[in-house]
Amino acid sequence: MKSAVVVFPGTNRERDMAIALERVCGHRPAMLWHRDTALPTGLDLVVLPGGFSYGDYLRCGAMAAQSPIMAAIREFAAGGGHVLGVCNGFQMLCEAGLLPGALLKNAALRFLAQDCSLSVERTDTVFTRGFAPGAVFRATMAHGDGNYFCDAETLARLEGERLVALRYVGENLNGSVNAIAGVLSPNLRVLGLMPHPENCVDPLVGGTDGLPMFAGLAEAFQPA
Amino acid sequence: MKIKVTVMPKPGVLDPQGRAIQQALGSLGFAGVQEVRAGKVLLLDLAETDPAAARATAEAMARQLLANTVIESFSVELV
Repeated sequence: MKSAVVVFPGTNRERDMAIALERVCGHRPAMLWHRDTALPTGLDLVVLPGGFSYGDYLRCGAMAAQSPIMAAIREFAAGGGHVLGVCNGFQMLCEAGLLPGALLKNAALRFLAQDCSLSVERTDTVFTRGFAPGAVFRATMAHGDGNYFCDAETLARLEGERLVALRYVGENLNGSVNAIAGVLSPNLRVLGLMPHPENCVDPLVGGTDGLPMFAGLAEAFQPA
Repeated sequence: MKIKVTVMPKPGVLDPQGRAIQQALGSLGFAGVQEVRAGKVLLLDLAETDPAAARATAEAMARQLLANTVIESFSVELV
């Protein structure tokens, strides 16, 4: 799998993401800078990692969505490329219009730094194929603005077209509509999610509940 | 030309900041605060001298960056 992780000023989970990707495919992803204007050729996956890009100025992900690299990522996605956005990366994808909806402040106002349980709503995507159908897995949450919101019409479309990839199980701590934790694009090639599966890939540090996401990606993009 | 862009959470969109401010006002003893909505005001100083053109530019800025129209509405005012 040829992957790249994009680093913005204020990004802080890029190394966790690189470790997760390296663990499943044996080599490190390319690390790209927000000022880059082109992606390496032949990429299978672009990852927008978590953090607080541009200090969350204006709105979370709003400045990153206008950064130079984002034009190349839009083009990549429009050409059928796969993009994964985690936490701040999910906020960027929404701000960039690559996914519908927006992330509001957590309903209970508190920054959430704890584990959550996620149900895998479909396993026929490259992001979720590593999970068993109906799987529930544990992942880490670390966000102040993870309250997924979209209008009623968009919500009906997301549910009707089965574009909700992941849902919170048990308490819906951030107040997301329909307990949505992760959203797919209509072609199933862009996924945004708030929790951090990349922080659950090591048996010594938090367990390996998130590993199937990365193992599934590596399997999907295994060189022929 | 100075322009004021006001960005507010749309009606019906949860505004936890507004709610927290409302509660804080209550605890300070200000009774009867039924709702608080917290938004942003951005003051722009544009080189443009034509009011209509300045307004149109500011509206384009608001649509593209200053507001997220999924969750926020905006208004533009010459000041």
